Amino acid sequence: MKWGVVVFPASNCDYDAYFALKNILKCEVEFLWHKERNLKNVDVVVLPGGFSYGDYLRCGAMARFSPVMEEVISFANKGHPVMGICNGFQVLTEAGLLEGTLMKNKTLKFMCKQVWVKSQTTQGVWSHNTEKNKVLKMPIAHGEGNYFVTQEKLKELEDNDQIAFRYCDEKGEVLETSNPNGSVSNIAGVYNKNKNILGLMPHPERACESILGSEDGRVLLESVL
Amino acid sequence: MKNLGGNLALAKKLGLTEYEYDLIKDYLKRDPTDLETSLFSAMWSEHCSYKSSKNILKNFPTTGPNVIQGPGENAGIVDIGGGWAACFKMESHNHPSYLEPYQGAATGVGGILRDVFTMGARPVASLNMLRFGNPESAKTKYLISRVVKGIGDYGNCMGVPTVGTDVFFDPSYEHNPLVNAFNIGIVKKDKIFLGNASGIGNSIMYVGAKTGRDGIGGAIMASAEFDDEAYEKKPTVQVGDPFMEKLLLEACLEAMQTDYIVGIQDMGAAGLTCSTFEMADRAQSGVKINLSKVPLRAKNMTPVEVMMSESQERMLLCVKKGFEEETKKLFSKWDLDAVVIGEVIDSPYVKIEWKGEEIGEIPVEPLVSGAPLYERPRKSYTPSSSVIASGSEAIPSPKVMRSPRFSTENLAMTKASIMEQYDSMVGTNTLVCYHDVPLIRVRENGSILALAMGSAEYLTYLNPFEGGKYIVLKAVEKLASVGAIPLALTDCLNFGSPENPEIMWQFEQTVLGMSEACRKMNVPVVSGNVSFYNETNGKSILPTPLIVMVGLIHG
Repeated sequence: MKWGVVVFPASNCDYDAYFALKNILKCEVEFLWHKERNLKNVDVVVLPGGFSYGDYLRCGAMARFSPVMEEVISFANKGHPVMGICNGFQVLTEAGLLEGTLMKNKTLKFMCKQVWVKSQTTQGVWSHNTEKNKVLKMPIAHGEGNYFVTQEKLKELEDNDQIAFRYCDEKGEVLETSNPNGSVSNIAGVYNKNKNILGLMPHPERACESILGSEDGRVLLESVL
Repeated sequence: MKNLGGNLALAKKLGLTEYEYDLIKDYLKRDPTDLETSLFSAMWSEHCSYKSSKNILKNFPTTGPNVIQGPGENAGIVDIGGGWAACFKMESHNHPSYLEPYQGAATGVGGILRDVFTMGARPVASLNMLRFGNPESAKTKYLISRVVKGIGDYGNCMGVPTVGTDVFFDPSYEHNPLVNAFNIGIVKKDKIFLGNASGIGNSIMYVGAKTGRDGIGGAIMASAEFDDEAYEKKPTVQVGDPFMEKLLLEACLEAMQTDYIVGIQDMGAAGLTCSTFEMADRAQSGVKINLSKVPLRAKNMTPVEVMMSESQERMLLCVKKGFEEETKKLFSKWDLDAVVIGEVIDSPYVKIEWKGEEIGEIPVEPLVSGAPLYERPRKSYTPSSSVIASGSEAIPSPKVMRSPRFSTENLAMTKASIMEQYDSMVGTNTLVCYHDVPLIRVRENGSILALAMGSAEYLTYLNPFEGGKYIVLKAVEKLASVGAIPLALTDCLNFGSPENPEIMWQFEQTVLGMSEACRKMNVPVVSGNVSFYNETNGKSILPTPLIVMVGLIHG
């Protein structure tokens, strides 16, 4: 299985994703340059974290129009696995591949720390290796991770089992106090209807080695293997 | 440019003394032009020339078996084994951070990152050491929030983790907060780049952001104390664009993989002036530049403004003749302009052309290293008799130090809330942060870098020699606590005006104390920075020597 990691100008978790996939999960990985329309026959695409185009205008708003995104959109619409991490999640919402939008954190500050999320479904491409209600520890690092959808859309997401993760505490309790950024209904990650496209704010690629504090991110990445 | 005969008034306005002006006349054998006067004022400023501190800094041990590059380059470099080296430096951005805390702090981070990657190293970790006034004042709260946001926005976007911070409050920093930024990068020992413009006929290329009017006079501003009109100097603060710098970082590191980059230097303090003259000086060559070719973002800029601008995110390259197109192509991949603005010439001069006319022919050596070195008068003091003591309300009574604002819990909380705003994990090499000694994994050779910060303001005030010794020994002790062997240190020496004999004595004693401890512990000083004139209306900060000592844990 061959992975592709997209590189936008000022992506900065591209090497981290590459390293985790190549050196820890021992997968084949290619970088996909934003100016190229060539996905190099990859089987999975990761949109990494960072500050694509400086996050100027609005996070992900410009990256969404990169030449490579035309290909990623059609690749995703064919049902292939796509994961957007942090800035990648923002790009996916801007591209219309996922519902909702990511606003400034409720604290109005950038926030970097370890958090716990609770797996909400086992149905998605990225959730095969997890159990429902499994608590995973992964870091977040963002200024705009405050997920918003309308109440009607939220109901739709819930009805379709599209909510992938909710922020919780260490014991798995989904509480207001375990919500780091003010996201609607503590949502940390969502799927598209087809459940091949996942967007999430926590960084699984930063949680693949116990020496870094957690290996829980592997659960997601290994689900597609 | 016509010599209007006698530019003493301009020279004085730009911070030069009459003595220095006469010295310039001696070098040139005539009166300097406006352009020359401006160039000399920048390069001979305290900030660029170290004219008050150089003789004293000579006391530092700067060599050792691990040292690859000591002071004098953009950053120091030490061997960390397996064909790899660590490149690091600390620098102050104190004055700009008071005038415009967000941009001041952000560009401080940008500058230190450029110092590291200009040597071919990929930056892997940042630290910052901050000093503010009364933590309860509205002003301090504003300064902290903007400084932290500036550091975070820049470093986070660059994808370089900020793995530690050191914060301390004292009333003496009320009008002179300190923002010191440290960065360390990893470089292959045989791929280290220096800022040399060598090889007659090679091209001088300008890459990165366009030149504007921001930051003109920044180096001069940082070489004077503040008074009640301090805020009028706000336009001398540069404006940062971390997105541009991230592109510049990736493009430069890619360019350095080729074999046609001869030398490279960032445009920091004193901008194009400093980079051109320093690159020529190191290579013992001359440079001819055509200012009309410099990409500009403001209209009607004068040649003086182009030479003095401190616009950020710009680099100067010396490229092998015949490889200009390749260089342009490489930078265009990152949507960056690369423009040939001149060439290396066989001459001891920098020749400046503007709109088809040669407007300056300035000898390299006097401008770079001809600044007079001062043996400023020193006068010892005892804390109770000192003038600066009353000025800074220096030492709080033990009662004040035990009150909540100085309690360790309070400082720890401040530190934690600051740290959370920095991406400390990007790069997936941060093994430990939120700790006295952050640890960074080096995948390249299987080792771990340990970073120990050291400071001792009150002790240094009471006894500068002992304070200097203490900060070095404390850092050695911190490294020992995690099992790391000290390799070398970088420093930022923040003091008041060197023209005050008591401050000068304080400075000298601190350096002597540090030097003694460094010698005993075998820890050389490989890079650093002196920040004088941290005072307002005659009131100085506490003496604030800050260091980061880098240690190694073998794989």
